[in-house]
Amino acid sequence: MDLTPTPSQTVGPYLHLGLTDRGSIPRVAGDGTTGERLWLTFRVLDGEGVPVPDAMIELWQADSDGNYVQRDNGAAGVAFSGFGRLATAEDGSCTFETIRPGRVAGPGETLQAPHINVSILGRGILKRLSTRVYFAGEPANDADPILALVPENRRPTLFAQPDTARTNNWIFHVRLRGEGETVFFDV
Amino acid sequence: MSSSQIQSGRDNPKKSVVPFRRHEQGTQPDYLYPEYRATRLRSPSQPLIFLPHTLSEVTGPVFGHSSVQSKDRDLTLQHASAPLGERIIVRGRVMDGDGHPVSNSLIEIWQANAAGRYAHAKDDHPAPLDPNFTGTGRTLTDNDGFYSFVTIKPGAYPWRNHDNAWRPAHIHFSLFGPAFVTRLITQMYFPGDPLFAYDPILQSIPDERARQRLVSKFDLETTKPEWALGYRFDIVLRGHEATPFER
Repeated sequence: MDLTPTPSQTVGPYLHLGLTDRGSIPRVAGDGTTGERLWLTFRVLDGEGVPVPDAMIELWQADSDGNYVQRDNGAAGVAFSGFGRLATAEDGSCTFETIRPGRVAGPGETLQAPHINVSILGRGILKRLSTRVYFAGEPANDADPILALVPENRRPTLFAQPDTARTNNWIFHVRLRGEGETVFFDV
Repeated sequence: MSSSQIQSGRDNPKKSVVPFRRHEQGTQPDYLYPEYRATRLRSPSQPLIFLPHTLSEVTGPVFGHSSVQSKDRDLTLQHASAPLGERIIVRGRVMDGDGHPVSNSLIEIWQANAAGRYAHAKDDHPAPLDPNFTGTGRTLTDNDGFYSFVTIKPGAYPWRNHDNAWRPAHIHFSLFGPAFVTRLITQMYFPGDPLFAYDPILQSIPDERARQRLVSKFDLETTKPEWALGYRFDIVLRGHEATPFER
């Protein structure tokens, strides 16, 4: 049997039917999860700056101790699964409730800065786009081994910014193409 | 994977991070494929940054296990009556690139009805909706990586990508596998569809052999006498690099 991985195809405009009508997960961290609670809003914009109303965002993150918890999000008593999934609304946005992740081991002896792994899917996106959310003002960012791989002038595209109007709210823009284009990773 | 597994970040010995193999040239679509019009404004123009795999990439969510019910795999039993259309069984095996079955892993599917219409508010194709068909299913692979769905064959439908554009009949598949990097969303097609050559979504995959991997095969073994035709659709998720130290 040929073990070349199966090719990706776009999720298409009707992704909600299969993925988010029943399978939305806006809360990555439920009540009682240890850590700094925050609300993280994504806004997805296309190459002309127009909001993308039919994208889907998935999150994968460590807990506040820097551990990835691979257990069923629906299991009784599980408050934190590290996984979130939402479709964007007409204005291209969606908001997750989570906690700031801890630091995770990086290549070699390094320690990564707190970050959230992100998948972006949508009509016109033939294979998943991957990026990372880091937090602006986090002192550990300066020594993060992955940020160090990104040209300095593009690094700011990976920083969520605090929403000055609302405490504990952060915003992250996904610019798919063109000016201020978000850094995407080849994972 | 067990249903409860905690991967320690800070004190995880780094040698336990086994990177996943990278895709071979041409076996996956590019982001920009101008013939598929929506990619023009939704594909990055800058090169992607190569990310060496860390714990963040080799771990992944365990999703859906407690919510999937056995009836979710039969799309013909979700309403008062049977949906219209040709009843089919879609069966296959999910393997990783190392040849191991991907067991106990969530698969989600969605599709148009037999007339080529999705039960979705934004689908305005003037074909009838079927009150007995929603077109969504999910299941877990078994211990050997096998799955099966019962559904009806979806219809082809027009889209506005270019003049007289029609999508070949397809079923959307979503899989997680064991890691962030094994996530796969794809589409399954039916053998011999005359629309393949005209479909920029399928044609966006450069390699002809790779494209063929998305075409299911008629399978007499899966076919149930006096009841439903069977199609076989095997899926391969990414496997690991040979050893943790080879990168």
